Amino acid sequence: MARRAGPLSEEGTIGKTSTPDAASDAPTTVARRRARMPAWSIPRSTEDRVVAGVAGGLGERFGIDPMLVRTAFVVLSMAAGAGIAIYLLAWGLTHEPQPGEVVVRRPLANQARPAIALGLIVFGLLLVLREARIWLGDSLVWPVALAGAGFAVLWSRSDSSERARWAAAGRRFPGNPLEAVFAGRISFARVAVGGLLVATGMGAFLGGNDALAALPTVLLAMAVTVTGLGLILGPWMVRLTRQLTDERRQRIRSEERAEVAAHLHDSVLHTLALIQRADAPPEVTTLARRQERELRNWLYGRPDGNGDERLGNAIEAMADRVEEHHQVAVDAVVVGDSPMDERAWAIVHACQEAAVNAAKHSGAAQVSVYVEVEPDAITAFVRDQGKGFDPADVPDDRRGIAESIRGRMRRHGGTATITSEPGDGTEVTLRMPLEGT
Amino acid sequence: MSAGGAGQAPPDPGQPAGRTRVFLVDDHHFFLSGLRAELGEEFEIVGEAGDVDGAVEGIRHGHPDVVLLDVHLPGGGGRTVIEAVHRDDPEVRFLALSVSDAAEDVIAVIRAGARGYVTKSISPADLADALRRVHDGDAVFSPRLAGFVLDAFRGRIAGPVDPELDQLTAREQEVLRHIARGFTYKEVGRRLHLSVKTVETHVSSVLRKLQLSSRYELTRWATDRRLV
Repeated sequence: MARRAGPLSEEGTIGKTSTPDAASDAPTTVARRRARMPAWSIPRSTEDRVVAGVAGGLGERFGIDPMLVRTAFVVLSMAAGAGIAIYLLAWGLTHEPQPGEVVVRRPLANQARPAIALGLIVFGLLLVLREARIWLGDSLVWPVALAGAGFAVLWSRSDSSERARWAAAGRRFPGNPLEAVFAGRISFARVAVGGLLVATGMGAFLGGNDALAALPTVLLAMAVTVTGLGLILGPWMVRLTRQLTDERRQRIRSEERAEVAAHLHDSVLHTLALIQRADAPPEVTTLARRQERELRNWLYGRPDGNGDERLGNAIEAMADRVEEHHQVAVDAVVVGDSPMDERAWAIVHACQEAAVNAAKHSGAAQVSVYVEVEPDAITAFVRDQGKGFDPADVPDDRRGIAESIRGRMRRHGGTATITSEPGDGTEVTLRMPLEGT
Repeated sequence: MSAGGAGQAPPDPGQPAGRTRVFLVDDHHFFLSGLRAELGEEFEIVGEAGDVDGAVEGIRHGHPDVVLLDVHLPGGGGRTVIEAVHRDDPEVRFLALSVSDAAEDVIAVIRAGARGYVTKSISPADLADALRRVHDGDAVFSPRLAGFVLDAFRGRIAGPVDPELDQLTAREQEVLRHIARGFTYKEVGRRLHLSVKTVETHVSSVLRKLQLSSRYELTRWATDRRLV
């Protein structure tokens, strides 16, 4: 009670008329407040007190100069006493500090300050424009401003830590971006406040334009429209979301793959290369070569996705088969690429026959295969640096193989030429024209 | 010889003159010691390094004739070494060496200025031969590299074409095709009725085009967008 006398007399000194009923009401309010003080309630200041310590308390809590708060109250009082009303309301919402209560200072977040300032400036500008009659009407501008503020609250991401949390949430729920929006407590408050502002703005707009009378009809129409739109766009949205998810998953997978590739490259490929250089038994060397080829194809290979095989892959696989069965190194170089068809398979099989033949009879340790795909033809060369032979003096078994290669090529409209000289290796040249495709 | 010495003192006067000075750059110590053992007979190993900074520093101090350079290196890769060294000393010749056969990596290091590319599974004799060749100023094209280059210069490209740089002559293509088929320079010369010197000139010309032409980027650009 003794405290109450102070504020009243001080109020008098500033020259404000007091409102007795509110004042007399206060003690019980204060008493009740003390019993169950909500967390948000701010204690009034005891030291920095001009009227009731409201301005001091607010200033202390939010880290603002209390003088500024007081000035704001005084200025607002000029507007038909609004300042006094707000002061009284604030007084009602604050409480007398309890003995030993520590005032928690919660300065406005750095991001909140400019936002509030911007909001107030916009508000002031609107008032000025309204005064100057550059105005579209109260029922339009205010709701729009309100909705705009709500939108800003909804979509502004306050600080970097929250942004980081958003990003983390985005990683956790790679599917639905909305889940990321609702993740986190602050985000939820933001969404709630922003949504409320936007809804209020929309309501005010409708109310201001006398459209609320028709609200039930409008709601029905809206429900029907939304349902219709949902039926039309729903599947599309679902597909879009799924696509986004897939894309993201794909990207993650390719990143992981690149990491694995780098690691394998640094470790396994080097080991395989070392084995080939060392004087290892031939089977070990062959195994190392095959493993290297397999790994290399997997790491850097031509994409054979969707299951449709390409000529480059088929040639590498052919080289692999020959190496496996015939203790010979097969170096395959493919320039260009084409999908597999009958003619491409004919080339692959002819190459294989030629390579096997070279491995069996030439005595060379290495066979070179070169395949080039041009728009009008596929050309292939299979060459060894082995002992060669005189075409005029060909053993029968060899002639048989040569005929088999030629016959295979001829059946598909291609040609095969075999050149060899004793002591100078053998080269099989295959050519498959592609016109008509 | 201790491993990891980034640079060694300038030529020892006691060394027999005329030995090619080689600097080794590879971050795999096993491989490095293998190379040292193989090449030490014929070449003078003036230093070795396992990363980009060590390599640039060591090459600056060691004055090698040829640098045997791993394409993949911690600290920026082989091309970073070439670019840094060539800023000061464009005379140093590089032979790229790698287990990787990803065309982009190989072409990138060649475009940065390497005179050739061999895979790490190359036999010691062939490697020595390649080093000698690079030391003589020639280009070293393995069949696989020839294939990559033919691939890079294939097809038509969008945009303006500089025939001097963006296209291979019929002769150059023929030479590259033979190399890709596994012929040595000498064999290519015999088959095309050219001197070995002429074959080398063609290959060097291809190398120059590969380094100067913007075609490779253009082709890649087009391939990425499925225009070719």
